[in-house]
Amino acid sequence: MNDHAPHADHAHEHPDWKQYKWVALWLTLITVVEVWIYYTSFKDSPYFIPVLLVLSATKFAIVVLMYMHLKYDHKLFKALFTGPLIIAVCTLLALYALLGHQAVPQ
Amino acid sequence: MASAVAHEEVHEHTHYTTTGLDNRKVAIWAFIGSECMLFMSLISTYLVYKGKSIVGPFPHEAWTSPDGHVFKPILNIPVTTQSTFVLLMSSLVMVLALAAVENRGKPGYAGTLLGNSKLWLAATAALGATFLGYQAFEFTSFVHEGLTIHTNLFGSSFFTLTGFHGAHVTAGVLWLLTLLSIDIKRGLTPKDALLVDICALYWHFVDVVWIAIFTLVYLIK
Repeated sequence: MNDHAPHADHAHEHPDWKQYKWVALWLTLITVVEVWIYYTSFKDSPYFIPVLLVLSATKFAIVVLMYMHLKYDHKLFKALFTGPLIIAVCTLLALYALLGHQAVPQ
Repeated sequence: MASAVAHEEVHEHTHYTTTGLDNRKVAIWAFIGSECMLFMSLISTYLVYKGKSIVGPFPHEAWTSPDGHVFKPILNIPVTTQSTFVLLMSSLVMVLALAAVENRGKPGYAGTLLGNSKLWLAATAALGATFLGYQAFEFTSFVHEGLTIHTNLFGSSFFTLTGFHGAHVTAGVLWLLTLLSIDIKRGLTPKDALLVDICALYWHFVDVVWIAIFTLVYLIK
């Protein structure tokens, strides 16, 4: 086991503080947009929920890729994160499809 | 002397797996993957039970009880928006703490604000504690307004989901304070960057879970 040279999982370049600052600004802007549309008549639109989900997924991806450095990291780490995430999302969708419209016994 | 050096070399290499990756980092990513499934099960439960409470208070609608007591919508979006902003900013200062430790002594970091890892670690812990303060305020006000974990399906699933998240934030704050105490005691060097990186990964994960909760629980009616 020790014959293997340590992988340079720290050798890759991480973003610098200026990029981090821009990431934080984008995250804040997206949050502002999310809350702003909540208080407008757009919340009655059929596009309200899809737009919120897309904005939320964008924030999720930005944090995971930039702050958690998954964009720059080893593919094993990507697999360890995205594999369970896909299973979890599929489970959520399956449970919601099966039980989401079922009445609760009174 | 030679055996001491050899021992140190072996010790330094014992953390690396056959993949060449540090096993601690593999472990934290595996842990985060399992946590994804935990939180998604809690979110699923919340969504499946959403709108099925037979008594109020409700998250987005007012409710009048049979005895004529009027309950207003329970969720306070402005307050939760502030706490969400606090948690997002804590992720920013967390990456700055990691960068400060990784680049200790390098030009642009040595002797500057950017290189002050103690400041960034303390700021992250303080922002995490502030988020917990917001959550304590929210829980207390909900209980005063008549919503407890026993009241209805919304109360049970909401307090379970956000309570689990709050417990994770609490663990993260304790972890950050531990790193801060090490930094104060002996100073964190680039050799310790992985310790900070692992804590940062956990902290950002707690942040992304809140990003999902904020949208699915608070903003979607």
